[in-house]
Amino acid sequence: MSLEHSRPRARSHPDPTAPPILEPGHLDALWLQVTGTLCNLRCGHCFISCGPDNRALGLLSIEDVRRRLEESVGLGVREYYVTGGEPFLHPGIVDILTLALSYGPTTVLTNGTLLKPRHVELLAAAAAGRFSLEFRISIDGPDPASNDGLRGEGSFERAMEGFDLLVSFGFLPIVTVVRTWETEADPEVYRRIVAMLRERGCEKPRVKTMPALRIGAEAQRSGGYAADERVVSGMLDDYDLDQLVCAHARVVTDHGIWVCPILLDAPDGNLGDDLTVAARAPFALSHAACHTCWLHGAICSNPGVVAPETPFATAGAAT
Amino acid sequence: MIRISARRVAIFGGVYSNHLALEATLADAAAAGADEAICLGDLGAFGPHPDRACEIVRQAGIAVVQGNYDHSLGHGLPDCRCGYTDPRDNRFAALSYRYTYARTAPTHRAWMRDLPPAIRLSLDGCETLLCHGSPRRANEFLWESSTSDAFLAWLLDTSDAAALCVSHTGLPWTRELPPGRRVVNVGAIGRPANDGDPRVVYAILTAAPEGGAPGVEWRRVAYDHSALASEMREEGLPEEFAETIETGWWTTCLEVLPQKERARGRY
Ligand code: SF4
Ligand code: SF4
Repeated sequence: MSLEHSRPRARSHPDPTAPPILEPGHLDALWLQVTGTLCNLRCGHCFISCGPDNRALGLLSIEDVRRRLEESVGLGVREYYVTGGEPFLHPGIVDILTLALSYGPTTVLTNGTLLKPRHVELLAAAAAGRFSLEFRISIDGPDPASNDGLRGEGSFERAMEGFDLLVSFGFLPIVTVVRTWETEADPEVYRRIVAMLRERGCEKPRVKTMPALRIGAEAQRSGGYAADERVVSGMLDDYDLDQLVCAHARVVTDHGIWVCPILLDAPDGNLGDDLTVAARAPFALSHAACHTCWLHGAICSNPGVVAPETPFATAGAAT
Repeated sequence: MIRISARRVAIFGGVYSNHLALEATLADAAAAGADEAICLGDLGAFGPHPDRACEIVRQAGIAVVQGNYDHSLGHGLPDCRCGYTDPRDNRFAALSYRYTYARTAPTHRAWMRDLPPAIRLSLDGCETLLCHGSPRRANEFLWESSTSDAFLAWLLDTSDAAALCVSHTGLPWTRELPPGRRVVNVGAIGRPANDGDPRVVYAILTAAPEGGAPGVEWRRVAYDHSALASEMREEGLPEEFAETIETGWWTTCLEVLPQKERARGRY
């Protein structure tokens, strides 16, 4: 395949109110949903309503993981994201991450509350190789008051203990915060979180803010999307499609391959069992959450992975 | 597509207006017996008097690939497209872009607008693709620790090339891939490689031995970095930028670094 053919493309529908169809580009990121929808927390804003008894999607075995990693090599995958639910509920998580790291750069998305010194010690050894092991720890604000209401009593302190543990082994976790405040407050919240991480002794704080996805548990909390918050034909004209996660990623679950890490509750998000086919499968951006992706771009990848080519507001030339 | 044929080629990127390092690099390349010098883009940004670097490169008749910064300046875009979210990084990026835009002569900007996104080099028969970020995007970062072998092999396959040279990240690295293929990130000559050494880095690519991958000679170039830092201060550029030039440690635009690269630096 040529580079030109590996670019994502949008097919508009003649009906202007219909969703455009996205033909994905090259598969850059393979997500591994290693603990399905199983999580020790039950956050009020979880977009897949994960929890201790949500078994809609189950655990991946290390053999499943190995098989998908092998397949991903032929597809030229650039990096791996390991997620759930809470990946550290998986009894084989250290082996999974060690294995993934032997294939390429790996990011694990965790709530940080279950990290044990033994895990982190083994992972620090595994991460001494060529590729980065990134930890992303989710919290929701710079203090328990802003966090625990959404994530549960005591969860801030437990997450930050996990953070401290990682820092003590030389990791620089990316603290991921879902924006549950007004956008204008972004720089202020960002600064407060950075200051909090510095106070805890982290000299190189890394922070990623993400927009709230008003689906799953969050739909009940915030009321979900308005009927006109949809991506419709034409909205992808002159749009930098690389910004959309589904343009370059797929998710492995125990129930098959999913279009993106966001729509795990959506039946049409399941693209079957064949990764090679699923990687190229077109998808109609008909979901409300697609509107958030369209608006904010690159919401799931690590900072710096996809810089915007065209800004969202091209306001005049520089002076 | 521009095509160049050579056996020993100096390849440098990320000039970032560092005209003193640029002169030193070109002198070093000539002394090291390079038969060509090629620039992988980003002439402006960060440093003082952006026109000076443009003039040196244009007068020397060096082939230049368009970087994201050249593209933004050339098209009069409102920013450099580095895509920072950290308000501090964004402030520095905006300062630097505004300064560079204002001090780059319209003729140089017009020249930047028309630079090619890629150059093909035949390195004694070895097909080599030269671009700024990656073959598919000028602003794609190819960091050593966040790029799998499978992905690099795919980039080479889809580009019909046995070797690939990029810049954009500012950190040099190389990886050999079977059979006889190589990817090189030549780093940048505009600012040091975030390792406490104020010298800058570029690469000399050499023709492949029988059945092997092309060779890389890493060149560390010393130049009068104190003079550059003084010019930056005189021009009112941020003290943080001058500190990087003097100490060899990056002080800004750090959020895009992956874990390993970030852990190695001072900040
Ligand atoms: S947001 Fe994360 S930590 Fe919270 S319930 Fe969902 S998966 Fe678990
Ligand atoms: S939710 Fe986002 S990533 Fe998923 S299909 Fe819609 S646009 Fe793509």
